[in-house]
Amino acid sequence: MSLSPKPISGEDCTRRAPDIPLADKRKSNDKAYIIEIDHVSKWFGEKQVLDDVSLFIRKGEFVTILGPSGCGKTTLLRILAGFNMPTDGRVLMNGSDITDVPPFERPMNTVFQRYALFPHLNVYENIAFGLKLKKEDEDSIDRQVRRVLKIVGLTDYEERDVDSLSGGQQQRVAIARAIINRPQVLLLDEPLAALDLKMRKDMQMELKQMHKDLGITFIYVTHDQEEALTLSDTIVVMNKGRIQQIGRPTDIYNEPVNPFVADFIGDSNILNGIMVEDHKVLFMYHEFECVDEGFQPNEHVDVVLRPEDIYIMARNANAMINGKVSACIFKGVHYEMTVVTDRGYELIIQDYNMFEVGQEVSLIIKPSDIHVMHRERFSNTVKAVLKDSTHVEMLGGIFECEPQEDIEAGTDVTVNFGFDDVELMDYSDEGAATGTVSFILYKGNHYHLTVTSDSGEDIFVNTSEVWDDGDMVGIKILPQAVKISKA
Amino acid sequence: MDLQKFVAKRSNWTIPYALFLAFFVVLPLILIGVYAFRNTEGSFTLQNFTRFFTQSEALNTFIYSVGIALITTLLCILFGYPAAYILSNAELTRGRTLILLFILPMWINVLMRSLATVALFDFMHLKLGEGALIFGLCYDFLPFMIYPIYNTIQKIDKSYIEAAQDLGATRLQVFLKVIWPLSIPGIVSGIMMVFLPTISTFAISEILTLNNKRLFGSIIQDNMMMSDTMNYGAALSLIMLIIIAVTSFATRTQNDNDLNDGGLI
Amino acid sequence: MMKKILAKSYLYLLLLVLYAPIAIIILFSFTNSKSIGDWRGFSLDLYANMFTGQAAHSTTIARAVVNTLVIAVAAAAISTLLGTIAAVGIFNMRNRNLRQAIQFTNNIPMINPDIITGISLFLLFVSIGISGGYITVTLAHVAFCTPYVVLNVMPRLARMNPNIYEAALDLGATPMTAFRKVIIPEIKPGMVSGFLLSFTLSIDDFAVTLFTKGSNGLETLSTYIYADARKGGLTPELRCLAAVIFLTVLVLLLVFNRRSNRLAKQ
Repeated sequence: MSLSPKPISGEDCTRRAPDIPLADKRKSNDKAYIIEIDHVSKWFGEKQVLDDVSLFIRKGEFVTILGPSGCGKTTLLRILAGFNMPTDGRVLMNGSDITDVPPFERPMNTVFQRYALFPHLNVYENIAFGLKLKKEDEDSIDRQVRRVLKIVGLTDYEERDVDSLSGGQQQRVAIARAIINRPQVLLLDEPLAALDLKMRKDMQMELKQMHKDLGITFIYVTHDQEEALTLSDTIVVMNKGRIQQIGRPTDIYNEPVNPFVADFIGDSNILNGIMVEDHKVLFMYHEFECVDEGFQPNEHVDVVLRPEDIYIMARNANAMINGKVSACIFKGVHYEMTVVTDRGYELIIQDYNMFEVGQEVSLIIKPSDIHVMHRERFSNTVKAVLKDSTHVEMLGGIFECEPQEDIEAGTDVTVNFGFDDVELMDYSDEGAATGTVSFILYKGNHYHLTVTSDSGEDIFVNTSEVWDDGDMVGIKILPQAVKISKA
Repeated sequence: MDLQKFVAKRSNWTIPYALFLAFFVVLPLILIGVYAFRNTEGSFTLQNFTRFFTQSEALNTFIYSVGIALITTLLCILFGYPAAYILSNAELTRGRTLILLFILPMWINVLMRSLATVALFDFMHLKLGEGALIFGLCYDFLPFMIYPIYNTIQKIDKSYIEAAQDLGATRLQVFLKVIWPLSIPGIVSGIMMVFLPTISTFAISEILTLNNKRLFGSIIQDNMMMSDTMNYGAALSLIMLIIIAVTSFATRTQNDNDLNDGGLI
Repeated sequence: MMKKILAKSYLYLLLLVLYAPIAIIILFSFTNSKSIGDWRGFSLDLYANMFTGQAAHSTTIARAVVNTLVIAVAAAAISTLLGTIAAVGIFNMRNRNLRQAIQFTNNIPMINPDIITGISLFLLFVSIGISGGYITVTLAHVAFCTPYVVLNVMPRLARMNPNIYEAALDLGATPMTAFRKVIIPEIKPGMVSGFLLSFTLSIDDFAVTLFTKGSNGLETLSTYIYADARKGGLTPELRCLAAVIFLTVLVLLLVFNRRSNRLAKQ
């Protein structure tokens, strides 16, 4: 029995992730990797938090695991540290299996989210903790504590009580306590989350410098995309327990593989499009030149436009798209404007020049600024059981369908229905099943929602109504839209 | 209206209770001091104290009580700490039923519990006396040791344990270097709740030793109950009070909550 | 695995020792014999004696039970009222020193051994010339129960969004109405816990009652047991009483625990 069927989106991603032209997604040469995460899955009871995660990390790399809360990133880090055991899969370090090695025998150290400094010990004793356990001699411990205190910029803080330190200072002690043990890998679990913005920026720079100076591998977990872009050599984007994309910060930003990544990293306009042929994509009722190739003719695709890549100007006969400014906000350096095109698409545009609300404008998009992505799915596919000739059980509810002649009641079937065939109801008891809105993607003229049913399956819905993340909804599907085939 | 204004200021709501505390808590304690320095005629004297230090009975009982209290406290730590440690391990004790069973005896009348101890000794044909007294005191006060320790251990942030493991500590080292030092406030609370009441118990020792062994509390009570020795009784109470004040002061570093948690569920 | 079994056995062994005496008392409440250890077959005679007034002291026992309950209800009610008002006051005190002084004094009855509380109040009543009775005992119980009410209500106040009281005022409620409609519902769980705790503490008390009950013949359960024990041992009917008390405490504690579990879940 599958307790939580794989979301349709995910299968694509794991298949695609290894194809990214980067060294980290696939094993090529054993010696190059310090950490190998090999098909790791993790269940907490009936909830799957990691789904077949594979990741290969090179020595000396600064890897950031990035994702929204609940995506499994912290669990992955805790598996690396040895606090959690994977349900499936292996973790290798320098080529040998460490899946069953207890945390205290792993040559890695962790900087904990809220630092976890021992309250009964002072700064010196906290930092010396690991070396004292190894029974190193006092003089050597003393020297090393002073050395790392210097590295983290806390010289002369030895005798201080940890409770008397500021958040930033505690943070430094936590780092010092970890690096003094000369770990081969330093694990950092949202180490800057508790600091204020200014402090965070300073610490980012220091961390980056420390990584350079120490030359050890950093594995860094955060939900802050800006932090990830600033710090990392490699970013691993995760969502719902799966790796979505692995790549350099610039690749992740410029070449997101799916709408989730495009939406999560930076601001973006994501639109439906059709790849007419190589270098030619149709969206917003206009055929644009682009640089993407390798698609099927007339393949349905997602198009990503970064707000700073759209050129905005006063009405101009040669423009590709015409529209009207509907909102304009000053953002410090640039203006952020919302433009509604004449054909009804809403776009976010950033520019140094201001166009007033109500002004008629024209837009130009350069071929190289258009990023085309394979569509991950074209319709919903869910597992179901035929109850009787006109009813099918799926998503934790019973749905009506057209009379089925040649399928017996009780058989497992696969049900297919379009994104537009689903109607979401305000009151959960109005639909045949219930769910929660778990992801919202605005596609210029409609919303593409991910709704997680109470039975744990994800379905995708196109709607022009406005819903909020976390809204409880009733799910209704028209009987004639429910297409049934034998499983 | 003035009264309305007075009531509207909510910090004024403390006043009735402040007056109550002054009259029923502070004043009575002062009275102990007043009586302790007076003789039966009501004039000032130090006689009550000199009597305590020169008359061997009270002093001996006091020293004996401290000894018994020390033994009881040590035994309670010895048996209570492992229990508290095991109870705080959520894997072993799902739900609160077990911990509830351990604190339940706290809520049964102390006399009832002492009588129960007598019943147990009768049933097993054991003689009452010093052994019964120590057993009975441990039996009475063990929950008061277990609960604060359990509470403290349970509140230890799990990330400290993980951090220690991460830094190379084995299970034993995690216990010795992290859990034990962090649970000391609980032990201190436990000592407060076992040691002081043990010195001052009076009924328990009478029942468990058939009135053969007397603790300090019994001496205080005997003197208090007779009007001609009341001042002496007050002096003995004052000595007790001073011990309490000193002990509380010595353990002041930990916050009040630890202390208060002790008796609550 | 082995460790787990060892750990669990230790706990159960300790529980066995803790409950053996109580179990023996309860067991021997179901036989009509003068001494414990002397089993004379199952009988409910002792219970019958106690409740029907056959035994010479059964009326005294009955009166002691009634006294205990009356005092406990009165003391718990007064403590809850006084403690709740005090908690709101203390919570809103701006003067740090004054606030700490009050909180320190509030802790005294909780730290003091019962005998000191009892003696100090005894001296108070002697000094002002009130003879002991219901009133002195109840006042004494209020003195050591109220701190626990304060302690139970304060955290509820601290957890409350401080703006909701102001929101009520802003919407036109008078301070009293705002208190009744907004604050009371928020702190009610703390008040109920405080009441239950006071009730149990009052029933349980021995030392304070002994010193404040005076010499007019007022007996509560604990002072009765004490007097009885002094006369030389456990009157057989007391075993029934012990059984009843044990069950009552068990039920009270279960109710209390369910409450705090539920509150914790909220």
